[in-house]
Amino acid sequence: MRFAVVQFPGSNCDQDCVHALQVLGQEARLVWHEETKIEAEEGVILPGGFSYGDYLRCGAIARFSPIMKAVKNAAERGQVVVGICNGFQILCEAGLLPGALTRNEGLHFRCEPTWIRVESPASRFTSHYGTGEMLRIPIAHGEGCYRASPEILQELEAQQRVLFRYCNAEGQGVRGGNPNGSSHNIAGICNERRNVLGLMPHPERCCEEVMGGVDGRGILLGAAGVGRKI
Amino acid sequence: MKAKEFALKLGLTEEEYGKIEKGLGREPNENELGMFSVMWSEHCSYKNTRRELRKFPTTGPAVLVKAGEENAGVVDAGDGLALAYKIESHNHPSAVEPFQGAATGVGGILRDIFTMGARPVAFMDSLRFGRPEAKGEAGRRTRGLIKGVVSGISHYGNCVGVPTVGGELVFDAAYEGNPLVNVFCLGTLRHDQIRRGAAKGVGNPVFYVGAKTGRDGLAGAAFASRDLTEESKADRPAVQVGDPFVGKLLFEACLELYAKPDLVVGVQDMGAAGLTCSTCETASRGGSGIEIELDRVPQRETGMTPYEILLSESQERMLIIVHKGREKELKEIFAKWGLDAAEIGFVTETGKVVVKAGGKVVAEVPARLLADDAPVYEREAKVPAKLAERQKLDLKKILPGQPRVREDLLKLAASPATGSRRWVWNQYDHMVGLRTVVRPGSDAAVLRIEKPGGGWVHVAMTLDGNGRWCAQDPREGSKALVAEACRNLACAGAVPLGLTDNLNYGNPHDPEIFWQLREGVEGMAEACRFFDLPVTGGNVSLYNQSPAGPIHPTPVVGVVGKVEEGVRLVGGVLGQGGGAILLLGTQESGGLGASLYLQEIHGVLAGKLGKVDLEGEKKLHGLMRGVLKLAGVRAVHDVGEGGILWAVAEMVMGEGSVGAEVTIPSGQGERGEEALFGEGAGRILVEVEEGSVGEVERMSAEAGVGCRRLGVSGGTELKIVCGAVKEKWGVGELQKLFHGSLPKALESE
Repeated sequence: MRFAVVQFPGSNCDQDCVHALQVLGQEARLVWHEETKIEAEEGVILPGGFSYGDYLRCGAIARFSPIMKAVKNAAERGQVVVGICNGFQILCEAGLLPGALTRNEGLHFRCEPTWIRVESPASRFTSHYGTGEMLRIPIAHGEGCYRASPEILQELEAQQRVLFRYCNAEGQGVRGGNPNGSSHNIAGICNERRNVLGLMPHPERCCEEVMGGVDGRGILLGAAGVGRKI
Repeated sequence: MKAKEFALKLGLTEEEYGKIEKGLGREPNENELGMFSVMWSEHCSYKNTRRELRKFPTTGPAVLVKAGEENAGVVDAGDGLALAYKIESHNHPSAVEPFQGAATGVGGILRDIFTMGARPVAFMDSLRFGRPEAKGEAGRRTRGLIKGVVSGISHYGNCVGVPTVGGELVFDAAYEGNPLVNVFCLGTLRHDQIRRGAAKGVGNPVFYVGAKTGRDGLAGAAFASRDLTEESKADRPAVQVGDPFVGKLLFEACLELYAKPDLVVGVQDMGAAGLTCSTCETASRGGSGIEIELDRVPQRETGMTPYEILLSESQERMLIIVHKGREKELKEIFAKWGLDAAEIGFVTETGKVVVKAGGKVVAEVPARLLADDAPVYEREAKVPAKLAERQKLDLKKILPGQPRVREDLLKLAASPATGSRRWVWNQYDHMVGLRTVVRPGSDAAVLRIEKPGGGWVHVAMTLDGNGRWCAQDPREGSKALVAEACRNLACAGAVPLGLTDNLNYGNPHDPEIFWQLREGVEGMAEACRFFDLPVTGGNVSLYNQSPAGPIHPTPVVGVVGKVEEGVRLVGGVLGQGGGAILLLGTQESGGLGASLYLQEIHGVLAGKLGKVDLEGEKKLHGLMRGVLKLAGVRAVHDVGEGGILWAVAEMVMGEGSVGAEVTIPSGQGERGEEALFGEGAGRILVEVEEGSVGEVERMSAEAGVGCRRLGVSGGTELKIVCGAVKEKWGVGELQKLFHGSLPKALESE
């Protein structure tokens, strides 16, 4: 599958996403934020980084970029859209996903491997995994604390839209396993139609053994619609 | 004010004023004096140290751009790949404004690297502060500085998307009034992408690109060339303010610009001394002149005087000279990235920097006079009066009747000075870029770099300094540093290619301080020559003293190397147990002189480090690289500060490590503490599978390097025997202290 990896001024995981997708046998092209077209057969990646320096609020300015209209249209047409880290923040600001990402509970930027648990295999992004399967995936953010109203959290849970939750090494969703204080230990959610994914951990950083693990491959391959090899 | 009076007020000497007047053939005006005061400061001219710096070996087959030629040195990494790297200090700014001081230090070194045409791919930082656990105001201030500096580095480095992959963090009361913040950056490029900072081609346009000019950082270079005093806080306006977002846009725009064939003539960043430095240096290098009009300089404040515009050190600005007729291409690229690009002047043949404001000449100075003809001083050097006394070491007066090794190790593990640095590196994005294959916390960081023709080269890098060793014996201490840095690279299987140095010392007008500097340079130069290691540039930071006195003499070295083909990158953790733990190198402890142990456990700085056996080191490093190619090698860690027991302990305290049971050699008549905590150079610990022990022994014998089996990995305890000393610790107990000490010291309030 071909992906359009959007480059905002200040994006810094754009090349990493292109590299990881290519390692996984997918095509990827960089799309400058001032462009206006996403092709009908393409998936979209909003990569991590500090779009517009994260001024005002993370993702708050990027949502007004010309490309975002095309991203919204793509999402409405049912195309795959994945927002990673800053990309997740942009999706929330743009209203493609509910809720918001606020300052980490400990106030520090944190870059470290985390454990996340697959909560629902019922999405293309989690189709490579079983319920409760644990993945070792790095995070790198200062504002990844997911917050939403009780009603929205309830809706996300009821519709099984929480796809990934932070957990400890034993798979328990406890405080010690949650690096940023997110409500319900949320690490990643999807929209109702299940074609838009936002997650704070960086799957593109763990697609090669040499980078310390390959637990992120299934997420990106799933996004590409590549089935699980058994 | 009279010109001469004004010159003295700016910190120029009478002699220097005389030289300026003679060089110009007239009385200089205030703008010109401002320009001379920064360009002839130690920070820009190295006037006090230039004679010493000439002692460094600077050439070698791998050197592509030599020390002093450009903004950073460049070495060849093979396959058409080149590495640009350099270290810079931002000590004084960080002392008065830790967050912005450290952030702009990162921004500054970043510009030095991409100015060379390289894509920046990694940072490292060497940080020194007072003791965070100190009582009262001193401790509170130190904790504030540490947190401010770490967040400043995190803020800038994370945002520009360049990983911070290693470094050091040292706490010692000697740095309480004057912290050290040295930042290193590495960039990669093809040989044919190297850029020069020369203004050539009469009539070619000179562009100013990047952020607008403000009043921040006025004459920061001159500020950095004075002692820190109580009044230094009033110098906050001399500290610049950084915007990493603009820094990121600027380097992406520049790299895009460089990629256009035959467009760029010369590039120079505006760092210390801003517009003044970049114009006179590019003109001087190009053997040309430059004329600029200040009214065209993008400004973010109104009413700025020519003096302020010339001396501003506002961040994220570059000077770029392109071929005439290609202006549009440059403007288009900077417009795409949303950055200012103003044509402020042109290259001339006059050899002069001519500055106009509103069409009128406000400064006119020969470029060479300003950039290269700063006076060079021979400073007086004197052996410190108390040195012999300080080098004496009477262990009987210091050590207890019976060794208390169990408590000693627990104390070390629990000290913020020696605890895990994870609290720091977790705040740095050390993975972005997908190149970091050995992460922080190892002897050396390793990056994979894509070769121009495809495939990977692995590059290892380390930063090392040791003020304690150098305070007690600057010459041997500096030699030991270079040896340690090379040993760290050997632990990653790398052959060193080049070294960058940051010489942090006190006030050079004090003959005892100048002696430290000269000894340090000579020791470092000797070791570099021995290891065939060219010094490709760096930074000198003097006047590092506060009312409490000067810092320890603290040269910091950054060494980069290339990992040999076939090396297994194994890290330093005892992962599974059942392996043999071997000591490669000398079996002598080196004694407790100048050791971390004496300072941390007994509060004493005394004695000196043993003499470094450079010959033995070189053999050991070669052996180590060979051993790392064996299939049975599992873990490796160099023996440094804290000695052999601390090295074993660090291995078992790593995340996921098992325990170990080892017998540590003890010399004739040596105390247990000496054998266990002595910091002698030339030793590496390695864990290998049992089946590989014979092969390692054979290789060691062939290399003429000692190899001794110390014991095995496994279990949940660290058990040691050393002469009459027999102790054990729970791995969990040690790990908890080790990983908890730094957060505890810093986050208790």
